[in-house]
Formats: sequence, C-alpha cells, structure tokens
Amino acid sequence: MAKNLLIKNGRVIDPVNSIDKKCDVLIVDGKIAEVGKIESKADMVIDAVGKLVLPGLIDIHVHFREPGDEEEETIASGSAAAVAGGFTSVVCMPNTDPPIDDATSVEYIHRMGRQTRKTHVYVMGTITKGRTGEQLSEMGFMAQAGAVGFTDDGSGVQNVATMQRAMKYASMFKNIVLSQHCQDNSLAGSGVMNAGFNSTTLGLPGIDPLAEEMMIWRDIQLVRKTNMRYHVQHVSTAKSIELIRHAKKDCLPVTCEVAPHHLLLTDDHCRDYDTNYKVNPPLRTAKDIEALKQAIREGVVDALASDHAPHLKSEKELEFLAAPFGIASLECALSLYIKALIEPKIIDWPQLASIMSEKPAKIISVDKGTLGKGKQADVTIIDPDFEYTVDVERFHSKSKNCPYNGWKLKGKVEYTIVGGEIRYSAQGI
Amino acid sequence: MEVLLSSDKIADCITALADEIVSQTSRTDKIAIIGIRSRGEVLAKRLADILSKKLGEKLPCGTLDITLYRDDINNPQGRTQHIVRSTEIGFNIDDTIIILVDDVLYTGRSTRAAMDALMDLGRPKTVKLAVLVERTGRELPIASDFTGYKIDLPADKTIQVNFIESDGKDRVILI
Amino acid sequence: MSKNEFIWNRKHLIGLRELSREEIEFILDTAKGFENISTRSIKKAPTLRGKVVVNLFFEDSTRTRNSFTLAANRLSADVIEFTEKVSSTRKGETLLDTAKNLEAMGIDIVVIRHSAGGAPKFLSRNINACVVNAGDGYCEHPTQALLDTYTIRKIKGSLEGLKIAIVGDIAHSRVARSDIYAMTKLGAKVILVGPPTLMPSQVSQLPVQVSYSLDAVIGEVDVINMLRIQFERMGANPFPSIKEYSHYFGLTVERMAKAKKDILVMHPGPINRGVEIESEVADGPNSVILEQVTNGLAVRMAVLFLVNQAAMAKE
Repeated sequence: MAKNLLIKNGRVIDPVNSIDKKCDVLIVDGKIAEVGKIESKADMVIDAVGKLVLPGLIDIHVHFREPGDEEEETIASGSAAAVAGGFTSVVCMPNTDPPIDDATSVEYIHRMGRQTRKTHVYVMGTITKGRTGEQLSEMGFMAQAGAVGFTDDGSGVQNVATMQRAMKYASMFKNIVLSQHCQDNSLAGSGVMNAGFNSTTLGLPGIDPLAEEMMIWRDIQLVRKTNMRYHVQHVSTAKSIELIRHAKKDCLPVTCEVAPHHLLLTDDHCRDYDTNYKVNPPLRTAKDIEALKQAIREGVVDALASDHAPHLKSEKELEFLAAPFGIASLECALSLYIKALIEPKIIDWPQLASIMSEKPAKIISVDKGTLGKGKQADVTIIDPDFEYTVDVERFHSKSKNCPYNGWKLKGKVEYTIVGGEIRYSAQGI
Repeated sequence: MEVLLSSDKIADCITALADEIVSQTSRTDKIAIIGIRSRGEVLAKRLADILSKKLGEKLPCGTLDITLYRDDINNPQGRTQHIVRSTEIGFNIDDTIIILVDDVLYTGRSTRAAMDALMDLGRPKTVKLAVLVERTGRELPIASDFTGYKIDLPADKTIQVNFIESDGKDRVILI
Repeated sequence: MSKNEFIWNRKHLIGLRELSREEIEFILDTAKGFENISTRSIKKAPTLRGKVVVNLFFEDSTRTRNSFTLAANRLSADVIEFTEKVSSTRKGETLLDTAKNLEAMGIDIVVIRHSAGGAPKFLSRNINACVVNAGDGYCEHPTQALLDTYTIRKIKGSLEGLKIAIVGDIAHSRVARSDIYAMTKLGAKVILVGPPTLMPSQVSQLPVQVSYSLDAVIGEVDVINMLRIQFERMGANPFPSIKEYSHYFGLTVERMAKAKKDILVMHPGPINRGVEIESEVADGPNSVILEQVTNGLAVRMAVLFLVNQAAMAKE
C-alpha cells in the first residue's frame, strides 16, 4: 500500500474550506497532507485531469439487511456497493432481524464493516426495544458503542408520549440525533402507494401525504419543547418540506434528508404495478418533486440519502399489494442526484458536495466531509460527464430491485479512497 | 375480374332453384329455409319469398351463424378475424325439412359446420343443401341437392357473390 | 358489414380502463351471438374444444366462478377449478409459482380473481396463457361491467345520453370502477352516490358527477346500480351503522316512488336484502338483477372466445 498518494490536476471541491479549483491533493499516512499546487513526488499518482475530487460521499440511510436477511444483502456486499457508488461512509438502519437495539449489535455491525474494509460503516440504533414503539432502547450504551443516532426506521414512533420521552431522554447524550421515519399509521393504514388518482384507478390502498406531514408537525412540536436534535428521514411531500422550512426559520435543531426516487419518480410510475416502484414513503407527485428541488436549491435539505433497500427478485415478483417496500439504488445514487439536481442546474457541484458529504457528516457528528489538512483521507474522484447505462446485473449489491435499470445516467466513480486507501477503482484494484 | 353471373342470371338461377325445390317436395311436408351467414342469409330470404308465393304459404326462414362451429376457429389465422353474430331461427326445426342455403359450395367445410350447428338446435327430418354456385374442390364428402350454377375452377381462383342487400348490386364475379 | 374492419387483438382482458369504446362495443356485439346457446336444446358449442380454462380464485365468489365455469363448459373447454383462500406471503408459494405450475400442465386461459389490485396484470406479464380478470382487489371487474352495459343496451337500445347512478361503497368497488369506464365510454353520464367516506381519492378526476344524496338524484336517473355493501372489505367503519346507511343510501320502495317509471334497477349480487336494497324493489318490475346474471353468461362466453382468438392469431 502506497504511503503517499498524490491526486494531480483534478477540480478539487471542498465546501468546508471554500475550495473549488483545479489543483492537487496529497495524502500521507491516510490523512490529507496538502491541497494546492504540489510538486513533490509520491509513491502513487492519480491523474485526475477532467475529474472532480470531492470529500468522500456519505450516505446516512442504507439498509444492509445484516443480521437476518443476508440473502438480500450483507454488510460485505452492501459495502462493496457503497464504494462502487463513491460512498466512503454509510449509516446502516437498525430495522434488521433482530433489530439493532443494544450495544452488542452495534459493535457487531462495526466489526463486520471493519472486516470488509470497504466503506466506513456506521449504524443507528433503534429508539425503542424491538422497534415496537413502546419501551426505550438503551440509547446510552449504544451511543457509547458508537451508534451515531437512533431511529425506528421502517416505521415511525407512533405514540406521542413515547416520542416525547425518547427526545427528552436522548437530549442528555452529546453528538447523537433522533431520526424519524415520519408516518402516522392510523392515517397510512394498509396503504401501498401514494393516495391519489393513481391509487384510485389502480385499486390499491393509498398512503395519504398527511400521514407523513402529521408526524413531522407533531415531532417539531416536541423538538420545540425538548430542543433535542432531530432528523427527518426521506422527506417526500411538499407540505412536509414546508413544515421543516418553518422549523428551521425558528432555529430549531431540525435537519432532513431526501432520497433520489423522491426527486425523479412519481406515482405515475406505479401504473404498471411494477413493484420496483413500491417504496415507503411512497412516490408522490410532480408537484412534490418541484417543492423538494426548490428546498434543495434554498439549502433547506441537509442531506441526500439513498434509502438503499435491497430485496430479492422473488420477493418483488409479487402482487403490488404483497411485495415489500424498497428500492436498491446505492450504486447509481450519485448519478441520480446529478440527473435530478446538477443537470437541471438546481444546484452546483460545491452545493452537491456539501449535502452529500459536509452536512451529512454534521448530522451524524463525525469528523468527516472535508478535505481539510490533517483530516482522514476519504476522497471520491468522479468523471462527471461520463455517460453509462445502468445495468443491475453489474451491481455489487446482492439485490437488483432497481427501477433505474436501463437508464442512461452521467457521472462515473473513478476512485473511492477511504482512509487513504484506494478501496474502489473503476479500472479494478 | 370477370363477371360470371349478371343480375338477371342470378334471378333466373334463384327461380330455377325454387322450382327444383318445389318439384322435389310434397305439399304435406313441413319446410323451412335456413341461410348461412352472411350471403346465404340474403339468398335464403329471396328463396323463401319465391317459394312462399309458389306454395301459397309463408315459409319460415332463419339465419345460421356458423362461426362457433368452424373447423379453422382454433388455427392461427393471421389477421383474419372470425366475427360471431347471432343465429336467428325463430321456429322449431324438429321434424322439418330444412333447406340449408349458401351462396357458394366449395370445400364443403362451411356446410359441415352448418350441419353441426343445426343439429345442436334440434332434430330436422331431412337437411337439403341449396347453393347458388357450386365449384369443384370439395375437401369433405358433401354434395348439394339444389344448384343454381356449376363451374370448374383452379384452386387459385376466388368466387365472390354480391347481393344488392349486402353489397349494393347483384353479381357473381371471379377474382 | 364494414364493421369487419375492426380487429380484436387482446389475448388478455385485464380491465376496461384500457379499452376503447370500439373494443367494448365489439365485445358486446359478440356476446349477442352467444346468447342463444343458453336457450336452445343443446346448450353447447364446440368452439373451445380441447382448450383448458383454469378458474384461479383466491377470493370467495360463487357466482362469478360458476358463471365462468358454465361459460367455458358451454364452449366445450375443460375447466380446472383452483380455489385458494391464501394471500401471497413473502415466504412460501407465490402467485407466480402457482401460475407457472398451472401453465406447466398446459393451460390456455386463466380466469383470475384476487384480492390484490393488479394481480391479473402481473400474471399476464409472466405467463403465456390468456388472462381474464374476474375481479382484482378494488381495481376492476371487467366482465361484470360488460354484462351491466350489455343489459342496459339490450333494454334501452343504447347508453348514449343515459344518466346512471352507481350507489354505495365506490372506494372499495371494482365493479364501480369498471362500470365508470364502460358506461362513460359508451356515452352515459355517471353519477356516483355514497357517503364521502366511501369515495376514493381524487374521485373528481374521474369523468363522473359525485353526489352525497340519493334523494337528490333518484328522480333524474335512467339506471341505478346498487353496489353491495362489503363489510369485509371496508376496514375501519366508514359509517356509523347499517341502519343509518340504509336510511340515506338504501333503495327503498319510498324512494322508488320518486324514480322514473322505466328506471332499471341493477345490482351485481349477491344482494343484502334490507341493507342497500329493499326486497320489494329487488324483486320488483324495474329490477333486472336476474337478467344481469343471464347476460353474464353470454358476455363471459364472448370474452373467453375473443381472448382465445387473439391468442391463436398471435401464435
């Protein structure tokens, strides 16, 4: 392994240090040694002409299915997918089987991640034991073991009193965040897609947008009271983002993320009952997409997160009503953001780098997301203009439930460097 | 395109058919005319009118749709489509002499289908076949009892019968 | 005679939403040719001899299943009855497994009834046999709507300009959806009547009028279709009691007095006497409920015939 790694002549973007220029990056002993015009020799040189050199991308919302559903994905396969997609850090959701609701489970995820030696693998623990929404999990012990936050993702904590208790209790720990999959089950019912004209003609039970908005509103009131740092996962509706915009104006410690499918797909895509479009929160409407893009332009959205949710082909080959929710998109997520945000000029590259690296790092309180001197050398090098066709058969992920299969997308990951090591290269390692 | 029978000739043929039918049936017989859709239907009506006049009583006349009984119904047919229409026979065919009427007798397959369709409706005393044109090329052991016009034709030729009621003019043409 | 230009080329009948007016009329015209099979001495034609029809029913239904069975039998097809009250789960045999298994036996037409909307479409994408939808979730029930329109057309001559009320649980009704598509395509004006809790999302985007008062519309409609209140499908109670529902939306003798004299009273069956319709009305002179059942047979024979024809042409 090269001790020194020199990345030459790329367009280096580091929003934290307001850098966006053509220059070099020198990595020594796994740390960023220098950014600028560098003449010194190195053990290994990467020619990055025409490429973007970004602080390592962070996806704070992935499902690697381990433990429990290793047939769908493992931490090893998911990590391979992550680096292929340019992600140097990921946060695993705790809705595994059994759920990650104690310190031992947190340590297990970390160990499997370390052994795989691909991406940094972080994990959130559950808010409630067994994700049942009743008793609080041992958030303290899990935080000590390195859990970066807590969520019952897959569903939201339904009971208001329980959520209030969770916020109050968690507020005594530093550097953790409470994340919520916002959906009021009494309104969502047995819905499988957005409630609207499409659900009416398809004869499928719908999930009212209000189910999401009600819980966001509710939780914001609890944040107002407890001042606990709170993160809204996969925001999907126009009114949801409006609620978050207001909360931010009120200087509440509220952050949020948006998933690529909520920027590119609508419930029109469900018309053929293709279960690859079955996802929770469901695909909404063009109006919602516009509102989310506008929020991203204004900086209201803090993170882009794939909500990579792998499922077996046999599980997705079911009636729309019976198939599980989820889209596997980790490997093409960056290209999807390019298509949704860069190509239509919603935001520019420094802004994209910020919400894919700097700000996600802040949400999970890790010292990452920058190419600052002395920081751990997590770097993603991409060719932004390279066009390719998505082919699920070439995915590193074990699952292929990806509705973007066959799409022509731009943006190829050339190198994914984690802690100074090249963990992925388009040419092969 | 060659005109085989003009309007006048067709009228003559139908009259001749009627005469033949009258000469071969007795006054006491219960007779009914049934035409095979679609040109046989027109022919049957005309025949029934003439026969009714000759016999001095209104002969029952019906229409048989044989689509459901065709032997090519489940063969790949390319783009030709079988249209099912209704069979309209408003009388009991049991113990009746049925004069089955079609425009052209060629392979004999339509007649076979018509006989099967007829048998599902009841039990006629006898079934006689009357056709306007009979051409060579039988594929089944079927023969007509009453024939208006006979012709020898190679297989690549097609006969088309046109009637005023369905096509605007009376004529039989060769294509 | 120039009508012969139209070619029916669908080997599946999934729903009426995707059908054109011409296609719907073609099915109805074809059905007319099948009507007399049921009235003559030998109630059978050899049309589908050697074909195998599977009745794949994942939901209880005696009427629709019997009607399809009889329709297939009258066309001389062999019929396999496959009834399973199991919904798909992530583990275990899936709908696809079941269908592939049946297909391996060499079947030609699958008639499917399933509680999940889209199940017939899903099946049609994955097997070679013809697929006929006998009701999927609350998506569509095309043959029911076809027999409804057939019945109306037969009595009224045409649907053009008719006002038709569909009353009841619209939200969870596949019959209502298929009826709306068929009836509006054939030129009728459809009025949906029921409590707001039983109206589907964004119902206003459908080409229909919506009314919450049966009394307000009873006097102006030519046809009234009373949907069955399906207690099992409604989930959380959308109205306080059956008594209150009947009070507002039941077709009573009293309400019938305000209706047009020649109004047709329809019901997809089985009826809940005294809930959505009073017995005297259901059995009364304006009721065509039993004609619907009779016509259903002709319509289903026509559908089986047509999908098979299209499959043959595609081979």
